[in-house]
Amino acid sequence: MILTVSHTSIYSYDAPVRGAVQSLRMTPSVCDGQRAIRWNIEVVGGTRGASFRDGAGDWVEGWSLRGPVSEITVKVTGEVATTDMAGVLRGHRETVPPESYLRETGPTRADSGLMTLAQEAVAGATDALDRAHRIAAAINEAIAYRPGSTDAHGTAAEALALGEGVCQDHTHAIIACARFLDMPARYVSGYLHAGQEGTPNEASHAWAEVWIDRLGWVGFDASNANCPDARYIRLGSGFDAGDAAPIRGVAHGRVAESLDVTVAVEAVQQ
Amino acid sequence: MATEYFNEMYEGGAVRAPYARLEDWMQSMPAELRQMKQAEAEDLFRRIGITFAVYGEGGDPDRLIPFDMFPRVFAQDEWRKLERGIKQRARALNAFLVDVYGRGEIVKAGKIPSRLVYRNEAYEKAVSGFVPPRGVFSHIVGIDIVRTGPGDFFVLEDNCRTPSGVSYMLENREIMMRMFPALFQNNRIEPVDNYSDLLRRTLASVAPAKCDRDPTIVILTPGHFNSAYYEHSFLADLMGVELVEGADLFVENGFVWMRTTEGPKKVDVIYRRIDDSYLDPLCFRPDSMLGVPGLMDVYRSGGVTICSAPGAGVADDKAVYTFVPDMVRFYLGEEPILKNVPTWQCGKEDDLKYVQANLKELVVKEVHGSGGYGMLVGPKSTPEQIAYFADRIAKDPDNYIAQPTLALSTVPTFVEEGVAPRHVDLRPYCLVGERIELVPGGLTRVALKDGSLVVNSSQGGGVKDTWVLAE
Repeated sequence: MILTVSHTSIYSYDAPVRGAVQSLRMTPSVCDGQRAIRWNIEVVGGTRGASFRDGAGDWVEGWSLRGPVSEITVKVTGEVATTDMAGVLRGHRETVPPESYLRETGPTRADSGLMTLAQEAVAGATDALDRAHRIAAAINEAIAYRPGSTDAHGTAAEALALGEGVCQDHTHAIIACARFLDMPARYVSGYLHAGQEGTPNEASHAWAEVWIDRLGWVGFDASNANCPDARYIRLGSGFDAGDAAPIRGVAHGRVAESLDVTVAVEAVQQ
Repeated sequence: MATEYFNEMYEGGAVRAPYARLEDWMQSMPAELRQMKQAEAEDLFRRIGITFAVYGEGGDPDRLIPFDMFPRVFAQDEWRKLERGIKQRARALNAFLVDVYGRGEIVKAGKIPSRLVYRNEAYEKAVSGFVPPRGVFSHIVGIDIVRTGPGDFFVLEDNCRTPSGVSYMLENREIMMRMFPALFQNNRIEPVDNYSDLLRRTLASVAPAKCDRDPTIVILTPGHFNSAYYEHSFLADLMGVELVEGADLFVENGFVWMRTTEGPKKVDVIYRRIDDSYLDPLCFRPDSMLGVPGLMDVYRSGGVTICSAPGAGVADDKAVYTFVPDMVRFYLGEEPILKNVPTWQCGKEDDLKYVQANLKELVVKEVHGSGGYGMLVGPKSTPEQIAYFADRIAKDPDNYIAQPTLALSTVPTFVEEGVAPRHVDLRPYCLVGERIELVPGGLTRVALKDGSLVVNSSQGGGVKDTWVLAE
C-alpha cells in the first residue's frame, strides 16, 4: 500500500512565549514492511537542531524556536510504502534489551482488575504468542472503544474500571497485563489508515508491541482487534504514552496552551 | 562487646610508623590550646561558608560538620596499594557501564543477573547504544572504603554519579596548613591541592568530537538552596569555569549555549551536580525546572558531554555492588585488589533465611537508601528496632541487603576528655578521563560518638584531614 500522511499540530498560547524547544519522534521507523518515499518535518519558523537514532531505533529530531510567538505549528507530510508483516517487527535495529520493557510505569501499573483479566485471558494458552493474542482480545472486550471517553493522563486501571477508553488506554492495558505476566511490552505511536467507515479520529494511532521469543517484537492493536498490517505506519516506542510521545516540547513563558491537531492518512489509488 | 578494633595509631602499645611524629604534637597541646585551636578551626570553616552535608545524607544543610584536627595518616606503601585498588575499580565500573549500554556481554556471560541491570530504575533506556567520549560514564568515582586491619580494606559502596565532599578534602587540608604550619614542615605530606587542575584536565579530555577548540566547561548546579552549593561554586572558582543553573543554558542548532553578557557562548562539557531525572524535561521528568530542555538530544548526537554521563547510576546500586569484583575479573582479567564487604541479598531465599536468623549481628541496608537512614545496625539496636526491620524485610526482601558489622578502624580524635579512638571511613575521589588520576588523600569521616560506627554527618559524624606521607 502507499499511504500519504498529513499531520499538523498547532499549539496556541494565550500570550506570546519567549521561545520553545521540541524533541520530535515523527519519522517512520526503518524496518521491513514500511519505507518512506518522501517525508518532511517542519516546525514553522523554527531551527532544526540535533538529530540521531536512539537505542530503541527511533529517529529523534531536536527543534528550537525563538519568540515571541503565540502559535507554534508542527507540520508533517509524507508518503510511505507499506506491506503487511502480520504485526511482526523485522529489520528494525535497536539496542535496548527487551527485558528493560518489564518496568512498571504509572499508566501501565496492573491493579487487581488487570491482573485478574490477564490471568483469566491466558488460561489454557499454548505459547507466548497465543497469550499475547488472548490478552489483546480480552482487552478489546473489556474496554469499549469510545472517542473522548478518557483524557490523556488516564491509566490502564482507570480505563478498565470505566469499561471504555481510547487507543491509548487499550495500549496501556495490554502493556500492563503483559508485564504483569513477565512479558516485555511497549507503547508504539504511529498512524493508521482507517478507511472510509473506520475510525478517523484515530488516524494518529497507538498500539502495543509484546516481545515474543524467536519472533521478536509483535504488534497488537486492541482498539481494532488486529495486528498492525499495511494500513499502519510505525513512528516510535516507549514505556508508555508519555515516553513514546511523538512531540515533546517546552515553551518558555507562563501561558496556557491549547492544541489543535489535524491528521489525514490516505491510501493512494493504484 | 569484645570486638577488637584496629587502631591506626597504636598497635600493641607502640606508635605505628605513619603516626610517629604526631605523638609529640598531640602531647604538646594542653587542653586550653586545643580548645582555642578547635574554636579557630570552626571559625575558619564558618567564615568560608562550608556547612553542607555529604551527598544524599540529608540533615540540616546549614549545620557545620564538626572538623576534628587530629589527622588521619597513611604511609606511602599503604596508599600505593589503595590507589591501585581504587583505580582498578574505577576502570571496571566504567567498562561495565559501556558494556550494559552496548552489547551487554557481562549479562550474556551470566556474570550478573540481567534483572539487576535492565530492570533497574537507574538503567537509562535513553542512552542505550551510546558510547560517551573515551568510553567514560563516571568521571568522578567516589569509593567509600573502611579499614579493619593493617592491610585489610573493604569497599562499602561506590558512588558513580556526583559524589560530593571533595571540597572538605581540600578545605580540611587548607585549614590544617594554616593552623599548624610546623606540622607540615616536620611531616612530608603529599599535596592534594592539584585536585582542581586534574579535574579540569579530566573534564577537558572528554570534550565531544564536535568540539574543535579549547573546550568550554561549566558546572551545572540546582542552585543555592542545594546543600552542596558551596562545593559547586568552590570547584567552579578553583577551575576557573562558570557556575550555571539550567536557566543560564539553552539549546539551539544542535548545541548547548550559555547566556553571557557578550552573547551566547557554546558549551562543550557540563559537569552536572543535578540528578539524571532533572537534566532535561523533554527526556526525563517533564516537571523539572532545574534542567535544560533539549539537552539530551544534543548529548546523544555528540554536541556536548555530560559528566557524569546519564545512566551511570546503574553501576553504583547496592545490589549491583555485589558484582563489582566480578566486573574486575571479567573486564580487566585481574584479581580485585580491594575487597567487597560480604553481602547477603535478601531477595535470595537462602540469604534471606540467614539474614532473618542473624539480624542481631548484621547491618541491614535498603538497596536504594543512602546516608545511614533506612539502615539497621544489629548489635547497636533494640529488640523493637530489630523486629521492625524483620517485618520490613519480610514485606519487600528485594529491597534489602545485609552485611556483617565491620570492625571499623579507629584514629585518635579530640574529644571532651582529651584524645580518644573513634571509628573512621574514607572516600577518595578518582578522576577518569583520558587518564585515571587520584590525588593522594580523600575525605575521612569520623563517628564522633563513643562506640558509634555510623560516620554520616547527619548522625553525629565529623571530618578529618587525610594525609599520605611522601617516601
